[in-house]
Parts: sequence; C-alpha cells; structure tokens
Amino acid sequence: MSDWDPSQPILEIENLSISFFTRLREIPAVMDFSCTVMPGEAMGLVGESGCGKSTVALGVMQDLGRNGRIVGGRIKFKGRDLNLMSDAELRQIRGSEIAMIYQEPMASLNPAMKIGAQLAEVPMIHQGMAKKAAWALARQIVEDVRLPDPDRILKSYPHQLSGGQQQRIVIAMALMSKPALLILDEPTTALDVTVEAGIVDLVKELGRKYGTSMLFISHNLGLILDTCDRLCVMYSGEAVETGSVREVFDKMRHPYTQALFRSIPLPGADKNARPLIAIPGNFPLPHERPEGCNFGPRCDYFQAGRCDRGAIPMEEVPHGDRHESRCLRFAEIDWAAPPAAGKTYQKAEPGEVVLRMDDLRKYYEVSANALFGRSGETKVVKANETLTFEARESETLAIVGESGCGKSTFAKVLMGLETATAGRVRLYGEEIQDTPIEKRNTNTVSSVQMVFQNPFDTLNPSMTVGRQIIRALEVFGEGKSDRERREKMLDLMDLVKLPREFADRMPRQLSGGQKQRVGIARAFAGGAKIVVADEPVSALDVSVQAAVTDLLMEIQRREKTTLLFISHDLSIVRYLADRVMVMYLGHVVEMGTTDEVFAPPYHPYTEALLSAVPIADTRVKKKRIVLDGDIPSAVNPPPGCPFQTRCRWKSQVPGGICETEVPPIKKLPSGHQIKCHLTEDDFATMEPVIEIAAE
Amino acid sequence: MLKFLARRLVTMLLTALCLTFIVFALTNLQPNLEKLAKQQASVRMSDAQVTSWLARHGYARPLLQRYGEWLGVLPGWTGKNADGKPTGRCLSHYEGVKGAKIPTYCGILQGDWGYSTVFREGVGGILATRLTATGWLMLWVLIVMIPTSLIMGVLAGMREGSRLDRSLSVASIASTSTPEYVSGVVLIVLFGSSFTGLSLLFKQWGLISGGVILKGNATSAMSHITFDNFALPVLTISIYGVGYIARMTRASMTEVMTAQYIRTARLKGVSFRNVVLRHALRNALIAPFTVIMLQIPWLLNGVVVTETLFSYKGFGWTLVQAASNNDIELLMGCSVVAVIVVLLTQLISDIGYVYLNPRIRIS
Amino acid sequence: MEKLTWPQILLAMGERFWPVWIALALTFAVSILFKRRLGLYGKLFDSPIAMIGFGLVMFWVFAALFAPIIITHGPLEQLPGMRNATPGKALRDAHGGYPYYLLGGDTLARDVFSRMVAGSVVVIRIAPLATIFAYMVGITLGLPAGYYGGRFDTALSFVANLILAFPVILLFYLLVTPQIVQSGVPQYMAAVLFLFPILFLAVLINSRFHVKPAFRNAAIALILAIGGWLYLSTLSQPGTPFHLLPRALDLFNIPGNTMIVFVSVVFVNSPTVFRIVRGLTFDIKSRDYVAAAQTRGEGPWYIMLWEILPNARGPLIVDFCLRIGYTTILLGVLGFFGLGLSPESPDWGSTINAGSRLLAIYPIPALAPALALMSLVLGLNLLADGLREESLKD
Repeated sequence: MSDWDPSQPILEIENLSISFFTRLREIPAVMDFSCTVMPGEAMGLVGESGCGKSTVALGVMQDLGRNGRIVGGRIKFKGRDLNLMSDAELRQIRGSEIAMIYQEPMASLNPAMKIGAQLAEVPMIHQGMAKKAAWALARQIVEDVRLPDPDRILKSYPHQLSGGQQQRIVIAMALMSKPALLILDEPTTALDVTVEAGIVDLVKELGRKYGTSMLFISHNLGLILDTCDRLCVMYSGEAVETGSVREVFDKMRHPYTQALFRSIPLPGADKNARPLIAIPGNFPLPHERPEGCNFGPRCDYFQAGRCDRGAIPMEEVPHGDRHESRCLRFAEIDWAAPPAAGKTYQKAEPGEVVLRMDDLRKYYEVSANALFGRSGETKVVKANETLTFEARESETLAIVGESGCGKSTFAKVLMGLETATAGRVRLYGEEIQDTPIEKRNTNTVSSVQMVFQNPFDTLNPSMTVGRQIIRALEVFGEGKSDRERREKMLDLMDLVKLPREFADRMPRQLSGGQKQRVGIARAFAGGAKIVVADEPVSALDVSVQAAVTDLLMEIQRREKTTLLFISHDLSIVRYLADRVMVMYLGHVVEMGTTDEVFAPPYHPYTEALLSAVPIADTRVKKKRIVLDGDIPSAVNPPPGCPFQTRCRWKSQVPGGICETEVPPIKKLPSGHQIKCHLTEDDFATMEPVIEIAAE
Repeated sequence: MLKFLARRLVTMLLTALCLTFIVFALTNLQPNLEKLAKQQASVRMSDAQVTSWLARHGYARPLLQRYGEWLGVLPGWTGKNADGKPTGRCLSHYEGVKGAKIPTYCGILQGDWGYSTVFREGVGGILATRLTATGWLMLWVLIVMIPTSLIMGVLAGMREGSRLDRSLSVASIASTSTPEYVSGVVLIVLFGSSFTGLSLLFKQWGLISGGVILKGNATSAMSHITFDNFALPVLTISIYGVGYIARMTRASMTEVMTAQYIRTARLKGVSFRNVVLRHALRNALIAPFTVIMLQIPWLLNGVVVTETLFSYKGFGWTLVQAASNNDIELLMGCSVVAVIVVLLTQLISDIGYVYLNPRIRIS
Repeated sequence: MEKLTWPQILLAMGERFWPVWIALALTFAVSILFKRRLGLYGKLFDSPIAMIGFGLVMFWVFAALFAPIIITHGPLEQLPGMRNATPGKALRDAHGGYPYYLLGGDTLARDVFSRMVAGSVVVIRIAPLATIFAYMVGITLGLPAGYYGGRFDTALSFVANLILAFPVILLFYLLVTPQIVQSGVPQYMAAVLFLFPILFLAVLINSRFHVKPAFRNAAIALILAIGGWLYLSTLSQPGTPFHLLPRALDLFNIPGNTMIVFVSVVFVNSPTVFRIVRGLTFDIKSRDYVAAAQTRGEGPWYIMLWEILPNARGPLIVDFCLRIGYTTILLGVLGFFGLGLSPESPDWGSTINAGSRLLAIYPIPALAPALALMSLVLGLNLLADGLREESLKD
C-alpha cells in the first residue's frame, strides 16, 4: 500500500495547526506543532488544561467536531497523510491501526450495550470476523487486562463494573485489533490513586507485549516519568520543549518546563524552608496570546524587544537526543543556577487545642435500592467510625484518603450540615456535635468555614464576586453599614491577592484559580479560626496549585488558623501538613506527624498509597506495590479490618483475625497511631517506599 | 420490583378515589342539582318542587353517603316515588322485571356504572360503544403519529445543526403550535369543503369525481371506517402530537450523539449509519418512550375537540354531552375511564423505562 | 362600490396595521443596535429563528395594544346586508366609516377582521398574566419540595399529579360553569392562588434582608400594603360573600366569568411548573455554592430564592415562553367549547367555534382567528427555541 517500513516513524506530525471557529472569531488551539513517534516508543504530551494536548490527539483521529478544522501542517501515519484521507479510509484506520483510551471510562462505554458486544464489534468491523470468534477474542483480551471472571464481565453492562474495571475494558477495546498506535487521553485522571497505579502498570506491560507505540496525554509529570520514553511539553497551543524523558526532566532547556518543575511539590520541598515557586500571572486565553513567546509575560528570563517579536521557532538543543526547545535564550541561560532564594518562614508553633473529636461516628441509612426505594429495606452506611483526634491553633492537619473513605462526611458533621450519630465534637470546649448549623450562633458558624473543591461550582454563577463576599460579611454580622462592608470586602480581595476591580465581575469571567481565591476570601470573611479545605487545589492546574496553596499558608500564618486539609494527593500533603491522618472506608488507619507517616512503619494501606503516587523526580526510587481490585463500597464494607481485601501483609497475621476483627489502634511511643493487627516486629521489617538516590 | 408495583397500585387507587370524589363533589353542587331537576322534570318548577324532586330521587342526602353508594361500599338508597311505588338506586335496572332479586349494593365496585339521565340508558353500555369508537381513532392516531415523530426526531437529532435538522425542527415547532381546533379547521377548509380549498381546485381540474377530496364529517366512520371519512380526524389529532414527540426525540438524540461513548464508537471505526442504528438509537429512545406514554392521556383532549369538530360520536363527544348536561353518573363513568387511562399509561411508562434502561433494570 | 380583490384586501389589511409596523421597526432597530449590551435578549437577534418568533409575538402584542386604532368596525357591530359577507365586500352605506368588511362578515353580520384583532386583546391580556401567576405558585411550592424532599415533597407531588391526571377538558367543564361561578368556588380558589405572589415577594425580601432589619421592615410593610390592597380589590365583588372592601376603595371589579377562566388556567398550569421547578431545585441543591451558603448559616429560603432560583432561570425562561403559548391554546379550548367568556366575546376560541358550524361554506370567519392563534403560538414556540439555543451558546 505504501512504502512504509518499521524503521520509519509511526506517527509524524509536521507543523500542525488546528483552529476552532466560533461565530465571532477563529480560535487557534494548536499552532505549529511537530512531533515524531517511532515504533514501540511511548511519547508523553504534557501541559496544563487548555494547552491543546487533547486537541492534538483528536486531530490525529481526525475527529474535531463541527467547529474544529486543521488549518495547516500534516499528520503522517505510517507515511500516509491522514489529512488527505477519505472518510472510508479513516474508518479503516480508526480502531484498527490507531486506538484511543479516554479520561472517563464510564462515559466512554455505551450504557445500553453489553461489554462483550462492544468489544467484539471491533474485529467484526475491521477483520470481518464472525461473531463467535470475535467474542472468543474478546474473552481472551479481557483476560489479558487481568479482569476476574471474564465470562461474567462480557455479559454485563458497563454500570455493573467499578471505575477501574471499566477503564480496563476501555483498554481491552483499544487492544482488540492490536493497533500500531495507542492514544491515551488522561486515562487515569478520573480514578483513585491506588487504582491508577494498576492501570499504569497494565498499560506499560501491554505496550511492551504488543509492541504498540503510545501517545500518552497527561497533566501529571510523575505519570509521564513512569510510562514514557520521550515527552513533549506544551504551553498555550505550542510545543515548547521536546526530548527524551530523562533529558527534559534533568536538563530542561525551556523556562516554562523549569517553572513547572519548581511549582510542583517534589520530595524535599517544605513549606517553610523551601517553599514552592508559583508561576506568576495567568495562562493566556487563546485569543489573548501575546506577541512573540507565549510564555514571555510570565517568564523570569524575559527580554523586552527580543522575546516579544515575531514567531519563535523550535530549535535543536546541542548534544541532545532529538531534544528541542522553543526559546530564543536557552543557550544563554544558566540552567544549573538555583532558584532565586524565595522567602523562607519560621515554622509556626502549634498553640492550644481548638478542636477535639472524640470517638465520632456518623451512620447513614440508605435505601437498599435506588429506584424502588424510599420504603423497604434500608442499609446502614458507616461513613465515619470512631474518629478521634485533636487540632491545634495554626496547625495544618491533613486528612488523606481515596473516594468513599468518609473524609467529606466528617467535614459535614463538623460544619453542622449533619449531626453526629455518636461521639463528641468540641470546639473551644463547647460540644457542637448535636447542634445543626441553623441552631449554632453566628460566632460558631463564622469561626468554622470551608473551602470547596470544585472552583466552577463554588461561586454562585449569577451574583458578582464582591456581592458574594459582602453577603458573607452581612450574615456574619461584620461591619455596621453597607459602606463599611464594601471596604472590608475590598480588604479581603487584597488578602487573597485579587485586583479590586474583580469585585464587580461575574464568576464566569474568572479563571479557576481566581475563583478559588474568592472562595478563600469568603471563608475568611468572618475571621474563621478553623478552615476545612476540601481538596482545594485538586481541580486546578499545577502551576496555579502552588499559588493557591501558598496563599492558604500565608493567611494561615497571619491569622493563626487551624487548617484541616482534605486531600488524596500525598505530594501536596507532605509539602504542607504538620500532621497527617489517613482514612480508609470510614476508619482512621494511621495518624501521626508528617515525617512519621511518610516513613516506616506504615499502615499497609499508607504504604500502598505512597507507592502509588507518581513522583516527577528522576532521583526517586520507589518500591512498586500495586493493590488488587478496587475500593469496596462503603455500603457493603468487608468484615473485620476494612483493608483486608487488598492487604499484602494479611498473610503475616496468624489466625485470619484480619477477616473477623476490626484491629485495635496501636500507639507507638512517639504518639504515632496505626490501626493494624501487625506486630511490632512486622512493623520493624518494613522498608521505606520512597528513597531518593544520592546526587 | 413487586414492592414497587404494589406501591404504585396503592398510589393509583388513592389518586383514582380522590379524583372521582372531586368530580362527584363538583357535579353534585347544589346549583348543578337544581339545574338537573329542572332539566329532568320541568323547567318551570318552583323552588319547593325542586327540593321535593331532589328528595324523591335520593339527591337530598349527604354527599359522602351518596359517593359511598356510587362506589358500592354503602347500600343503595330506597324510597317511594310520587305514585307511592318503591324506587331506589338499585331498582332502576329491574323496573318491570318480576321476581328479580334486587341487590343491596350497586356501585362501581359491583360493576354497576349507573344510569345516564341524558341518554336514558345504562352508563356501562354507553361507555362500551363509545370507547370502541374512540379506540379505533386512537389506534390510527398512534399508528400515524409515533413512527412519523420518531423518524423526524431521530433524523433531526442525528446531525445537530444540519439543514435537515433545521427544517425538521421548524416543522415540528409549527406542528406543536397547531392545536386540534386550528388544524381541524384548516384541514376541513383545504380538503373537506366543496366550496373552497383544494377540493374546489381538484374538481375544476377534473381530478376528483365527488365534491370533496376527503370527508369533513366522520359520522359515517361510526359504522364503517374508510380512508375518506377517517383521514382528516386522524390527521387533526396527529399533527398536534407529532411535533412534541419529535422535539423530545430530537433533544434526546442530540444529547446521545454528543456523548463520549458515541465518540468511542466512531473512533472504533463504526460507520455513521451503524453509530446511529446500533449505538445511539436505543439510548436515544428511552426518554421519548416515557413521553409517548404520557402523551396518550393528553391525546384525550385532542379526541374531545376532534370528535366534536367532526361529529364522531365517540368517548370525547359523550364526555362533552355528559358535562354540558350535568349527567352525573355518565360524567363519573367518563372520569373513571379517563383516570384509568392516565394512571395505566403512567404505570406502563415507569415499567417500560426500567425495562429499556439496563442501568436501572440490573441493579 | 366595487368588491375588493384578494391583493387589494391584503394591501388594505397591511395598511390597517400601520402602528404595528412602526412599533416593530422601532423595537427591532433599537434592539439590534444595542444587542451586545442586552444580555440574553440581545442574543436573540443573532438567530434568525428567534427573530422571526420574536417578531410574530410582538406583532400580536402591538396589535392588541393598538387594537382601537386598527379595527375597522366595532367587534359587536352588526351591519345590514353583511351576513356571511365574502371578504372585501363593500358596505351598503358606510356613513363615513370604513367602507369594507376586509375579511367579510360572520353569521351575525359582524366584521371578521375587527373581531380577529379584538380577539388578540383578550389573549394578550390573560395569557401572560395567568402564566406569571402559575409560575408564582409553582415556584413557591416547587422550591421547598425539591429542597427539602421527604413527606412535604411526597404530599405536594401527589396533589400535582392528581391535577395532572385530570383531563383538562373535564376539569374545565367542571370548573368553568355558571353554576360553579354562582357557588363561589372560583372566588375561593382565587383567594388562595392570589395569595402566592404576596407571599413570594415577602419571603423573597425577608430572606435576604433580615440582616438589615430597618430596610426589611419597610420593604415588607410596603409589599403587604400594596399587595394586600390589590389582593382585596381583586377578590372583592359586591353581592358575593367576598364583599371585602367598600366600593370607594375597590380598585377594579373582575367579572366572575373572566375570573374563573383566569383561575382555572392558572390551576391547570401550576402543577407542571411545580414539577419543573422541583426538578431543577433537586439538581442545583447539590452544588458547592449551595453548600457554601449552608455552611455560613443562611436560612433555607435565602438559599432557595437567591442561590438556587437565579441559577434555574435558563430553563424557566424557555418554559415560560412555551407556557404562554400553551395557555393561549387552553384559552382557545375554553372558547371552542363555549366555556367561560361570553358568547359574543371576540376571543379566538369562541370565534373559531362559531365559524366552524358553516365552515364548509364560509371558511373565513373560522380560518382567520385559527391562523391568528396559530401564528401567535408559533411565534412563542420559535422564540422559546431560539432562547434555548442562544442560552446554550456562550
């Protein structure tokens, strides 16, 4: 058909430009993008949201929707230009030669078709395989992606599987016809960390087994390090740096790449001694890109009159392995220079105890069946079991856990949105566990406030930003007149470093990070003493995360706030927490200072969690511990120890008591607590999961 | 599932009881009864005569008691008429029948639908004939309406924003803006009048031999349904309903077509035809199914208007007669039928929704 | 005088509508000029479909507004020799008035054209107002039902489904009769329904401004005073048990007929609005900004009215347009069955009904109001569709 042979690139993208067309204007999404993927190679595409990385993938698939169009360049697959192919030819290639794996496994499977039918369809279309043979092949591939009981799975519908299983099915579907190129678009973003680790391992192994080339799209540098051979960093529609993973991680030659690495919490970063360096400014909107270098306005090495003139080409970095950078000054910059010393801070001393929880329990009754429910059997969900801890003034207590661990429920009880089933919550010595929020006095309400996870949901879309802060002031009884409150509101805007003129804007005119700042300002409107931050940065881009985290820390230092930081991201927890509490299925499995929790002895779950978190540092050596299966449902928890279904240490405990008895809390001399049946000796044999190789 | 059905049945019964009681109460308001008395006996009765007439015919007793009798949970009333002969609720069917055993209870629960004061015969019999007539009308309406609207909706929603979509959308919006009394009038003028419209043109061109293309009056369809006498009433009802279902189908279809799993299918290399037929259609038809089922009781209104306009003496026509003459028991019968239709379609739509949607069915 | 030909008739009718054309031209010119500053309304002028819909609706709004200028004869005026007159027929003796029956005469020798225009006044007066009332009722009940759920929701939903299970026509036949008007049922229903707007406004103000008691007290007093007065004068009717206000204070008297039509239309529409609002509330209440309001101790009504309702406005505005159209159709149904409004009323339903008897011979008297009604409803539906499309784009 063509004269392609395996020594040539599988995918060759040359100067690709893609634009979306709206009624008002053309919006360039990708500009002058080039990259090459060799057979068997895994190529990573990294960047923040809106940088155009997914658009590149859809461009390769030639599936840009009605508004998108390729306006320039070529995409050659095995030597043939995809842009020139007819619909019929493209259909031939899609699914058989190029397959794609998506971000949301649930959404990418047809809810009304059996798994088997969806899998078997692929060879039936492309190889004209008979139905029976196709199902047999499907069964084999389902086994390959290590799903238990393949026959049952083939006959089930997507909603009957868990998120991790669904993603394995999507992977199976992509592998059905052994494609030459696999495109993975944020394949693990929607999954829990411990599930993600399993999927990543699977993808790597299958890639090797079938010799498939991969285009791996992700915002997570750690994940790219784990999976890819080469990577391409994108910023605002352009590739800014490309090269082998090692070279780009260790010898980056573009200021954006450098800034990106400095803004993510790697092991060794510390909020007081070595704080993160946030990238200043904001990601430019597609129609507001600056002249010259897109990164120019945010770049430390910016030179007026040079960096803001004309288009900047990609240039080869000398002595590199196909290493290129889109920077005029990369040869002049001293890349080894340490970052200009940022501010360092005195470690804040925790003060008196402000919040104490004693044996808190929260159970829900839910109907056993969602549709036919309301009456009939109900089940008790034990969202929180025997939660005991205390938090001190100006302390950061991190609460870590994956979905269903009960971290949000405890926040609701603390806020008074729910009342406790049993146990005590004492705020400054006052018991509040049975007082719902409408019965609490204004002082109590204003002293415990919350910062929410989703920036797009945290502000009322139909009220101006200023008005929303003023409303909080009104409710908390701050300020005597409208004028005074407006003044106070503007002060709060200053506090969270937002320009004052933003007060009159609507939330939709703000970026995610800015909205989150407004949320923080609102939480501090009544001089909050305790702030519950429910994953406040997990929905933000990495470069913005650092800035928002820093802001929280700074306000905390000034106001001596107690911060309860709920998160599933261990990197950030390690960076900012003083103490850490690890939760699993409603139980606190481990609690201690940050150093204690991040070093052995671990609770087996903490150990697995630490191993699962991808770290974007080539020096880090991790022990690979991959957990089997998924997190059990909170409606139907396993008997005995909640973690026993996935625990790799279970065999060490004699008599199988893990399956029958909830373990006691073991207090180590330092105050470090672990809820596990393992003995001291077992704990002593544990090795650290993360080790940093000497430089 | 059984529990769910049982719950639904209890709610349905409760709804039916409430509804029939409301209808009963409203038809038995004092002014309505007085009007009835005057209609039945003599228009020039004095107030005293009206009162005694009502008393003699059993209307003067408490509302709840009479409702209980109608239901058949209380014994039917008995009394004496002007000539001193015994009368009563349960006696009316047995007048002149010697030696018949007269039941104590004779309400709806015993299968006794009562007696129509307008048609002077048993309500049960009237409803049976009239419902059959309307049943045919509804059947043809559904046969015309459902495929048309589903095809329109799917074609429009399959490629959102295309020219086909735009024209079909405008057509369905126009059809939802045309209530039966408008479309009926327009259709009769166009096809059913020998003096104007297309019939006149066709006659001048010699294309038709009779006076009209289609009959503007459906009375003859009572005995014999033909294309001639039935096309216009069926079209009249269908036009108003088609647009609504088509809009719903389109909305559902466009939503499904933008779903991630449709992209998955497309990028698996499935052809557009099969994307629509195999992947989109089933998911897209779940929502319209509910809409169609809930549309059926709504068609009842159309039936009433259309039967009146085309003088087709079916259920709708009977309802109008009963209501405008305050024929209490006939109206009660009509309400019971209407309520049963409404509640049954709701039940079917719920069950069908569950059946069509594997996400709910298997959980 | 000669009889007019069809082109002449159309031209003459176009001429009669001159105030409407001017008003339309002005509206469109101003709107298109400032469309970028007019929010969602301005965006309508980006979509041809929405513009056509808006044009049709505004045509009938202006026609109703300028009806006294547009009509050629009184809607009840019967002129000799004009029984079942054909369109464009000249009057025998014009007496200086308009010399033609542009669309002919009906069976009672009244001018069809004038009756059609006069009919728009009835619709434009009742339909939007009835829809607003249905919204007040639906919102006031739907918000707490969706927000709290539980028993309250179950009970209200049962009642809503009960009303929806009634075939509309049966309900109309039962409610809209002289006997019912006589028994005072509509008055009682009105007494309940008309309470909702006052309640709604009072709660709206109180929930937000309870933090500023002085302002709140003044505003609520004002609402109660004005609303209460309007409420009492609407209900008060000399000679019924509802003679609540002395005649001097009674602002207006709504005839029992109109009242019952109005009330029953509101009654039929409210449950559907209730269901829509309830569903939207259920959806929005899980948003973080609602949780944020809860965690700062806001009252439930503040959350419902100021946090949830404004964010449900998109679908509600679209449904509002559709619902005015549906109300127009319902009014037509009432007229068609001769319920409620007086038989000589020029409303479209009644005229269609009257005209349909001789439809096969004299089509125009029924056709004219039928097409008028259809064009108004079509306009509203197109407008709603345009609004939906435009509100989705952003």
